Amino acid sequence: MSGFTEIQSRAAPVSSTGAIGWIRQNLVSTPMNTFFTLIGVYLIYKFLPPLLDWAIFSANFAGSDEHACNSGGACWVFVKQRASLFIYGFYPSEQYWRLDAVFVLLAITFVPQFFDAFPYKKWFGIFSITGLPVISYFIISGGILGLEHVETESWGGLSLTLIIAFVGIVAALPFGVLLALGRRSNMPIIRTMCVIFIEVWRGVPLISVLFMASVMLPLFLPEGVTFNKLLRAMIGIVMFQSAYMAEVIRGGLQAIPKGQYEAASALGLSYWRSMTFIILPQALKLVIPGIVNTFIALFKDTTLVLIIGLFDVLGAVQSAIVDPNWPGVATEGYVFAAFCFWIFCFTMSRYSMRLERKLHTGHKR
Amino acid sequence: MSATNAQPSPENNGLAVEIKAMHKWYGQFHVLKDINLEVKQGERIVICGPSGSGKSTMIRCINRLEEHQEGQILVQGIELTDDLKKIDEIRREVGMCFQHFNLFPHLTVLENCTLAPIWVRKMPKAQAEEIAMKYLERVKITDQALKYPGQLSGGQQQRVAIARSLCMNPKIMLFDEPTSALDPEMIKEVLDVMVELANEGMTMLCVTHEMGFAKMVADRVIFMDAGQIVEENEPNEFFNNPQNDRTKLFLSQILDH
Ligand SMILES: Nc1ncnc2c1ncn2[C@@H]1O[C@H](COP(=O)(O)OP(=O)(O)O)[C@@H](O)[C@H]1O
Ligand SMILES: [Mg+2]
Repeated sequence: MSGFTEIQSRAAPVSSTGAIGWIRQNLVSTPMNTFFTLIGVYLIYKFLPPLLDWAIFSANFAGSDEHACNSGGACWVFVKQRASLFIYGFYPSEQYWRLDAVFVLLAITFVPQFFDAFPYKKWFGIFSITGLPVISYFIISGGILGLEHVETESWGGLSLTLIIAFVGIVAALPFGVLLALGRRSNMPIIRTMCVIFIEVWRGVPLISVLFMASVMLPLFLPEGVTFNKLLRAMIGIVMFQSAYMAEVIRGGLQAIPKGQYEAASALGLSYWRSMTFIILPQALKLVIPGIVNTFIALFKDTTLVLIIGLFDVLGAVQSAIVDPNWPGVATEGYVFAAFCFWIFCFTMSRYSMRLERKLHTGHKR
Repeated sequence: MSATNAQPSPENNGLAVEIKAMHKWYGQFHVLKDINLEVKQGERIVICGPSGSGKSTMIRCINRLEEHQEGQILVQGIELTDDLKKIDEIRREVGMCFQHFNLFPHLTVLENCTLAPIWVRKMPKAQAEEIAMKYLERVKITDQALKYPGQLSGGQQQRVAIARSLCMNPKIMLFDEPTSALDPEMIKEVLDVMVELANEGMTMLCVTHEMGFAKMVADRVIFMDAGQIVEENEPNEFFNNPQNDRTKLFLSQILDH
């Protein structure tokens, strides 16, 4: 072998990108790519200007009744006028501050989760799923500390949507974990019970669950015994979504190599400790996209409570658009409702992406 | 390393592990047949044999990762039965290292080492960390303590795995082919740690085909084939004067290349 001369390393070539470079690389790199770029440009040209025109430029923002809407654009005056119905439902207006307080609490506990360096962030997170629901319940429902009691029948609008979704999310995850662990248990009785539970709830449509909860259940209860409608709906939703959640989590559990269980056992960790510290953190991390998917589905499924006479944000919108004083505002109402759902679902989706990135700890073996 | 003093205790005749007429089946498959083995405190045993002969299964029975169906296994004088308390007690005395390390990928190296002392030994966190750093230093990996296992090389991971076991202060260490998943240049760094451990008097049962290691530290070499212990001898005799034909064949296969 001849002598060895080391070649000095050189700096990496200067990036050839920049605006033009970026367009070359991403928009017109191949004929196919150019073709789709053209289609995209055409679609934007065709649909964006009229949409913007309707939603913003010719839209009506000022005014207080239907006569203000005369420009042919969107009638946001309607949404503005009905905003309190959409957000607070039939909650007594002099008590709105209580719902506002809960919204503020919600924001205070959740916003820190989006910032890495926030102090006590973990405690904010823990509080948001433990203390917050309890405190919120007492604030909203009242009946203590001189707060006037507000029947659940008056709860409605976006606040009701959030309440149902939040309770559903906070309860479905732990139940889902327990069901998933149960389904993989060595104990035949527990396993069978979990399998039956999951398969029954997963096999029926949520709408029929809600119908049964509101129409059938009272038939079996003794005369005079009433059982809060909202509570029934919530139980139905939680059962239903836990069954889905359980299967998502089971997928994660199955992906954890047997060696992890063995290493945990060999160190003397008990079943619950190895689950808590070793298996579940890894399994849940693997299925974050699936979990969030279930959360988003749950959030949107809350609209189904409409059919049993609960007034979520969509229900509030629907009742408002049939108002004869406000003709032709259905589109605005539905766009508003859709926007409410989209904001929350999109936030969840972004949060889950952050979480996935943060929990990534190097390569899996 | 906290000395595993080889003082015989009256109740177990100074035996660390005692296996008597042990049998095990996987369904219909008779994987271990009439295993009899006594390991004294501080003794170092190397187990070898062809793949599928039941070596892993045997040592995994010792800390009950596998269940035996017949015969008796006593570890530090405690008999392994279905009694979960006894199993826990034994697992606290027995450390194990696996072929594929099985570190916890979501925890840092340090957390890997402190988890069991904190939750099983109920040790305060600060003390657990101090002990963990001590063992990480022994396996020469302190500068990686805050990294995640996925960021380490195979040899480093296996050394962390050894440190993790040692943090529980075990009396007995089981090794199941600790170097077979490693690139050749990393085997030595792991074997060095194991040799050091052996020299300190740890009771060790190692499944390995590193014959150099066997010659250097083993008190006894055990050869298994088809679920049976076919031959056992002290290393010199075992390698230079094997008695059984199957041992001879096996040794010629692993030494002749
Ligand atoms: N969980 C299991 N179920 C059924 N058979 C198994 C199982 N684990 C191991 N075996 C079989 O038992 C035999 C011994 O395996 P093992 O102890 O891993 O061998 P070794 O470690 O000596 O290579 C092999 O034939 C293997 O296929
Ligand atoms: Mg093996």
